[in-house]
Parts: sequence; C-alpha cells; structure tokens
Amino acid sequence: MTLEADVGVTIGAFVLDVALKVSNGRTLAVVGPNGSGKTTLLRTLAGLTPLTSGHITLDDEVLDDPAADRFRPPEARSVAIVFQDFVLFPHLSALDNVAFGARARGRNKADARRYAGEWLDRVGLGDRAGAHPRELSGGQAQRVALARALASDPALLLLDEPLAALDATTRIDVRRDLRRHLSTFEGVRVLVTHDPVDAAVLADDVVVLDHGRIAQTGTPDDITARPRTPWVADLVGTNLYRGTANAGTLRVDGGGTIAAATVVDDGPAFAVVHPRVVALHRAKPEGTPRNVWQGHATAIERVGDRIRVQVAGPPNIVAEITSAAATALGLVDGSELWVAVKATEVDMYST
Amino acid sequence: MRRTERPPLLPVAIAAVAVLAFALPLAGLLWRAPWSSAWKQLSSRDALDALRLSLVTSLSATAVAIVLGVPLAWVQARVEYRGKRLVRALTTLPMVLPPVVGGVALLFALGRRGLVGSELDRVGIQLPFTTAGAIVAETFVAMPFLVLTLEAAFRSSDRRLEEAARTLGAGRGEVFRRVTLPLVRPSLIAGAVLCWARALGEFGATITFAGNLPAKTQTLPLFVYLKFEGSDTDAAIVLSLVLVVVSLLVVVGLRDRWLTTR
Repeated sequence: MTLEADVGVTIGAFVLDVALKVSNGRTLAVVGPNGSGKTTLLRTLAGLTPLTSGHITLDDEVLDDPAADRFRPPEARSVAIVFQDFVLFPHLSALDNVAFGARARGRNKADARRYAGEWLDRVGLGDRAGAHPRELSGGQAQRVALARALASDPALLLLDEPLAALDATTRIDVRRDLRRHLSTFEGVRVLVTHDPVDAAVLADDVVVLDHGRIAQTGTPDDITARPRTPWVADLVGTNLYRGTANAGTLRVDGGGTIAAATVVDDGPAFAVVHPRVVALHRAKPEGTPRNVWQGHATAIERVGDRIRVQVAGPPNIVAEITSAAATALGLVDGSELWVAVKATEVDMYST
Repeated sequence: MRRTERPPLLPVAIAAVAVLAFALPLAGLLWRAPWSSAWKQLSSRDALDALRLSLVTSLSATAVAIVLGVPLAWVQARVEYRGKRLVRALTTLPMVLPPVVGGVALLFALGRRGLVGSELDRVGIQLPFTTAGAIVAETFVAMPFLVLTLEAAFRSSDRRLEEAARTLGAGRGEVFRRVTLPLVRPSLIAGAVLCWARALGEFGATITFAGNLPAKTQTLPLFVYLKFEGSDTDAAIVLSLVLVVVSLLVVVGLRDRWLTTR
C-alpha cells in the first residue's frame, strides 16, 4: 500500500516535475521556499489541480493519468487535507464540520454525528462540539481540522503547513498532539512545511523542492547534516537536539549538554542551535559563552559563499562560518577545534 | 475630555436642505392622509384586489428571479468565458433603463406580433395584458438587484471551503447545496428582498406591457396612479402610505447592509 506519484504540472511559465513514493504508515515532509511548488504538489494529490503529465497511484488505484485520460475528482479519492488556516466551514458547528465527510460519503446524519463525536473526543474537544469555528482558538480550530480530515477515513492524509497559523506557544502543544495522531494513522502522510522542527519531529523522510524540482531527498538527519543548497542549509540545516532538560540545561541523547538562557520544564525537551551562531576556535575561548566543548572537524563543505563544518563532539554540531574565518582557522578535515555557543542563542522547549 | 472641532457651517446647512428634500414629500403625504376614512379606503374591493395582485405578482417575480438569477449570478462569478462583460452589461441594463422603455421593448419581443410573441401566440400563450405579463415585466426590471447582490457574494466567498468539501467526499452539487449556498445565504436574502421591493413598486414596464386591468394587471402603484388621476385622492394617499410602510420595513430589515457605516 503506497502512494506513487510522478507529478508534472505546467501553469503558465511554472513547471512542477516531481516523483515521489511514500509507503503506508510513513510521513513525507515536503519543504521548499515560497513558489517552489509545494502547495501545487499537494493539490495534484488531492485532485484539486489536474496533472499535465505523469501519473498518481494510491494503493494500485490510478488517481490521475492524463496520458490514459483518467482522472478521479477529489470527492472520489480517499484523500483528506488539513489546510494551513484550517478552512473550517463557518456556518457549521465543530461537530458538523467533523461529520461533513462521513455525511458526504453516505452515512446518515445521526450516525455521522456520533462518529464525529468520537473523533472530537479523540482530539480532546468533546466539550466544544457545539462551538462554531469563530468561537474556537487557533489550537482548537487546528484540532477540529485534523479530526475532520481523519474522520473521512482517508488512505492519504495531506497536511499543508498545519502549524503555520498558530502562535509559537500553541504550536509546541499542537505539534506534540499532531505527532501522536499521525503515529496512529495508518495511511500515507504527506506534510508540507517550512519549519525544520516540524520536518524533524513529524517526518520520516524529507523532500526539498526548489523551482518545481526536487533539490534533495533523505531523512531529516541526512538533510540537516548535508544540505545541498544554501536555501536548504538555512531552512533545515539547523542543529536539533533531543534530550532531557534539567534546570535549563539539556542532557543530549547521545552525549553532551547544551545550556539555554530560557528555562523550560524539566523533562523531555528540544534544543535548536542555528549553525550561524556557532563559533569555532583553535584554542579554548576566553570569556562568557556557557556552551564550550572540544571536537574535531569531520566534514567541510562550501555552500554558497559560506563554509559548513561538521564537528564531532559530543554533542555533534554543524557550524556555518565565512571562508575568511575558515582560512584563519587553517581548517582541514580532522582539525581539533573548540566550539562555543552562547546560551542566549539556544532555543529550547519541552516536547 | 477632548473637545472636538465644530463642523463647518456651509456643508451642514446644505446637508440639512438635502435631508428636507427627502423628508418633505413624506410629510406632505402624512399631512394629507385621510386618517378617519383610512380603514374604509383600505378595505374597499378595488384596493384589496390591487393589494392581493401586487403580492402575487411581486412574489412570483421574485421566485422567477431566484430560479433564473441564482445560476446566472453563479456563472457570472465563477465561469470565465468570452463575452462575459457584455452579458453583465445586458443583465444590469434594466436597473438604469427607463421602465417604460423596458415595457415597450417587452411588447415588441413578447407581444402578439413580437419577435418571440407571435410563436408563443401560435401555441396559445399570451403574455401582454395578463397577470403573467405583469410578472414578466416585474421580473425584467427587478432581477438585476438579486443578480448583482448575489454575484458579489459568490465572488467573495472562500473557494477553498468548496475545495475542502470536495476532498471530504462531496460532489459538486452537494458542495453547492451544503457549502456554497449556506455561505451566501445572507446575500441571497438581501438580494431577494431588494428584488421583491423593486417588483412591488414597478409601474412603467407593467403598465406598458401588461396594461391596467383591474384584478388582472392593476397592481398597487397602477391603482394609486389611477385613483389620483380620477380625483379619488384619499384612496391614492392611503395606498401610497401602505407602500411607504413596506419600503421602510425593507430599509430597516436590510439595516445591517445599508444603515451601518463600516
């Protein structure tokens, strides 16, 4: 049971040409800059934009194949979308929003509502069944949108920037819930996002789109470690650490510690360190940085006008420095280095 | 408390004159109203016939306008085709066309010797000087109010809601019924009320195309005019007041659209 898509779409001067394969129970994250074709790709999978060339098959069923003149309209596909700003029906209650799919697919009203009620309970909104979308908070609306999509029993779940419309604190909670719900959904998941943390936390595989083409594919770890374009480096090529927080310091799974200036609850947490805030030194640096450790360079790559250096720790880290700085360090593979990161440059939050 | 600057005198004075220009005619009507005999005038056989006929024709015209106008508004808002602007000009024209010209035009189109009317006549359908003709005339003049209101609503409603409904398994007809139409419902109601009010007040096209036959095509405005010409001023005034009250109710009913400044 798999999604196989060879997507060719031409809209004016824009050409999208992407081949994908995603198995059941896996989440593919599609990342890329605005205009790279992420949303168009999702729309072709849902049947909202027909293919110009190529084909889409889901569980051996042809959804779109212009060469064979076959096209299944959206309502005849087992596909559901969670839209970026939720797109809940404003004239329906939360319950009837969730019941919409079951109703449209033939259940009677009472049956559809009972089923929708179960889904609302499952996303923790059983007590908001009668509320209209305008009465819901952003986080609640997102959960209703997710329940609405899942309650239509899709084989393919599409998520278009599902967390982008939420404020930063809500996003953390909703992301955790989303991760839990995605792990219980057995079909194929495709997630469009521009947030590297979303991709790292939610996805099994990542496809990077640029100008309608795949720039890179791999696991989130692969892409963090070896981004191939400056844009990818900026977007997903960031250091993400999982571990256990204790009084503002994260004990990283796999070794080492990272301290942040922000204090989070003790327990499981993430720390994010952007490669550009990592300083490299030949000798132990004097002064104030709270995170200082020793390591050696394991890979040096030029990305655009900057140099990315992977340093084996623990913890391992990727630094991005100017070529002038690299020259001054006399940087070669295996160089012994000191890594310094200010606690104020570390983003940490609970999982 | 901050003091606000006194508004300039000249525009305020001119505005007051403008308000008077609206208020004076109404005051005149109220001043001359035969309050003691009002009930008798209202319950006369002729008046009741005109009232009933006006309700029947204006409501029928509104129903026809909904049946024809909802699809027209949807096509104009959602389908791209050549000649769309021409169609919009054509379907908006009755709003600015002198109604009597509309009546003459309808006669040459649907009259017994008209463009299509002669064919209709052959199969036994006659529109001029019938109640059906009055409905046609009212529909012609009033439908643009519904179409324009609804077209704007279709245009501004969020297409992604319809797309979401499609992905949830609803076919195009079901999407229209369960999503599109409920979303434009306030505009549909407003457009229908406007259309009905315009149909109720229709005079020129009706008298030209359908004539002035008591209980058949003599609607309220025609009745008012006839009584006034026939020096039965009291009846004319009382029934005019009925139309004023209906119009006021429409304005109050649509206050959220018209009377609030946003």
